[in-house]
Amino acid sequence: MLTALLRSLRTGVVTIRYPDEPAQPPERFRGAPRVSPGAMMATLPQPSVCPSGAIAARPGQSRYTIDRARCLYCGRCAEASLDGAIELGRQVELSARKRESLVVEVESDAAGRAVALPGPPRGEEVAETIRRTLGRSLQLRHLDSGSCNACDWELTALLNPVYDVRRLGVDFVASPRHADGVIVTGPVTRNLELAVRRTYEAVPEPRVVIAVGACASSGGIVGRSYASAGGVAEVLPVDVFIPGCPPRPEAIIFGILLAVGRVAERAP
Amino acid sequence: MPPLHGLEERLASWAEFERGPRPQDLTVRLKRVEDVPAAVAELCAAGMALASLVATDEEATADRDLKLRYVFEPASHSLRPLPDMFVTLLASLDPARPELPSIAVEVPAANWHEREAQDLFGIVFSGHPDPRPLVVHDGWPKGLYPLRKRFAAGQRPPVEPGEEFPHLLVEGEGVLEVPVGPIHAGIIEPGHFRFSTVGESVLNLEARLFYTHRGLEKRIEGMTTIDAFHVAERVCGVCSVAHGLGFCEAAEQIAEIEMPVRARGLRTLALELERLYNHLGDIGNIAAGASYHYGTSAGLRMKEAIQQVGERLTGNRFLRGLLVPGGVRFDLSAELARSIEAAMAATAEALASLMERIENNPTVIDRLDTTGLLSLPDAIALGMTGVGARASGVDRDARRDHPHAAYGTASDLNVTVVTESDGDVHARLNVRAAEARESMRLVRALLASLPSGPLRVPMPEALPPWRIGLAAIESPRGAAIHWLRSDSAGRVDRYHLRSASYANWPAVPLAAQSSIIPDFPLVNKSFELCYSCTDR
Repeated sequence: MLTALLRSLRTGVVTIRYPDEPAQPPERFRGAPRVSPGAMMATLPQPSVCPSGAIAARPGQSRYTIDRARCLYCGRCAEASLDGAIELGRQVELSARKRESLVVEVESDAAGRAVALPGPPRGEEVAETIRRTLGRSLQLRHLDSGSCNACDWELTALLNPVYDVRRLGVDFVASPRHADGVIVTGPVTRNLELAVRRTYEAVPEPRVVIAVGACASSGGIVGRSYASAGGVAEVLPVDVFIPGCPPRPEAIIFGILLAVGRVAERAP
Repeated sequence: MPPLHGLEERLASWAEFERGPRPQDLTVRLKRVEDVPAAVAELCAAGMALASLVATDEEATADRDLKLRYVFEPASHSLRPLPDMFVTLLASLDPARPELPSIAVEVPAANWHEREAQDLFGIVFSGHPDPRPLVVHDGWPKGLYPLRKRFAAGQRPPVEPGEEFPHLLVEGEGVLEVPVGPIHAGIIEPGHFRFSTVGESVLNLEARLFYTHRGLEKRIEGMTTIDAFHVAERVCGVCSVAHGLGFCEAAEQIAEIEMPVRARGLRTLALELERLYNHLGDIGNIAAGASYHYGTSAGLRMKEAIQQVGERLTGNRFLRGLLVPGGVRFDLSAELARSIEAAMAATAEALASLMERIENNPTVIDRLDTTGLLSLPDAIALGMTGVGARASGVDRDARRDHPHAAYGTASDLNVTVVTESDGDVHARLNVRAAEARESMRLVRALLASLPSGPLRVPMPEALPPWRIGLAAIESPRGAAIHWLRSDSAGRVDRYHLRSASYANWPAVPLAAQSSIIPDFPLVNKSFELCYSCTDR
């Protein structure tokens, strides 16, 4: 007992200070892909390089879109692009309150260069009742709707001594009856759809729904099929989408705080 | 082939033989489907065990049939050292009447495989002791089989009214039925457990899984190798490297590509880091199951440290993105090697300290000893693999028995297989700790002597048509069997993954039945099986 205490004292504090201090992903971290300003449209890779179908280029129209909700952050598009036409960002705070905000689009100018199109207006402000009721202490019920468990393990990591999300007043609870909202991983499988609906209905209002990861945000690699609804928004009203495959722990913390209006959405 | 001496003669009247899928493998093509049980009995008598059962729909090919491939591997002590080979028993079924005798009574490991082929292909296994649906749940329309080729991938059949989870009812005075899940109290994957209890004692436990069935094997059909790889890498979060590697090795076999030595070494490094963070986290989870919170925290911290090192190496905390069909994408720098080395030193010390603390804590040990017993005969009959099997005395590890990546290519890359004999939670904890130490030894050996050379070789966009690749990979949870076949366009015709958890799940209800209900989380955590790679 005493040696355990001494060991703990010797170890000191291992907890990070995010969000007061910025996240510091390592050099090889692959963030959101974006078209480099002024890149030639002809140097952009074919949409077929994307294994999850996140890239679209409408034939006949000189537009090129990247869906960050569907993106796996594998970096194949950057590898396949010429002259660095697609670069990978380093920001982890990609969460958005509206699904459309995660789709970035460029258009060709007369010289064949890519020009970014303005995104849809930012998601509406968090309702005052949500901010007032849930803005300080937030109890979430985790809901695995058919994830590969990577997002689940990152939620578990939020409880480890390094991320310790409880220091921010956020915790995971055992029952939806005790929860202020659900944090959902996975694309909502057919075999879980009923359980997903029932769990959500058991949460008292006001309540939030947070979709974690590519599958929950868009169907991701699973898509829509006999076995999958193709994303949480097909079944529940989603308040915040947290892209990533899986998103890093800091990205999830940011998304949770965004859901209750404690941080502001960042520009893509 | 000495180990199977005489097998061909004994099967000669029922079958034809050919080499394959790999040069050292044997395929036994049965003339009549009725002979499956007799041929299986011969294989079992020769010391082979069922590793996987792959169904394929070949109605649109010249064969116009459904096929079943029973994949066997050497398992018996009499065959040691176990030769790296697979024997595939191939049976052809009439698609209009796909029926054959079940082998599930004689070979319990075939139980789930047969039920899965029944649900997804409509194959009838007559005499199966438990033909309830497994993969499809209540409300799935009868007569609709999603893995048949004529079933369009995008279909979303309506939910039909039906019986809710048929299961064994235990009756009697004081018997209480306790339903748990699919949504659990903690951050865990979904599964449903129906306990029948008297007081605290568990009389019967029925587990219902496949809640996370995502239709990934259907999804992958028709994909290019590179796209399909990204799906395989995401079947399971904490086995991303192992499953990605299995797919790569199967595809590279089909493309007849020889992997450069440095790429093999880096793949092995990633595989061992994956095993290590899993085992460390799982040791913490066992501590959580025993309400030893210091141990939970210590386990989670060690896991976090290895995941952070993994992210520095691969750009992803689950080590996704390093592997690619044809090699690896990133190299190891001297600076990275130093940071991995430092993490190994810190982890070795932290693990030794935690294990000492657990062993000297009688209240923890009291929870672990004799809890969740699983006997050696049961582990063998169920075809178990990985930590759970080795803790009951099964001396098998695919790193030694089916060498892959860089295992066995140098003397210090030979894996020492750890076994225990007690088959309880404590034995599974000890095997994990010993394997974590062995993983650290392997990581250091790889850092010390990583051969130089190219990271990647060109991989053809289309695979040679109609070929089969077969790979066994020791994932953190045990051996996973990957079976891949290319189609006429060189894309994926069929991919089947028998994960380690798939083989091990039937053991959990068995081990839990010797325990009391409050011990179930601990027993469950000691196996630490994955739902997503079981359900796919």
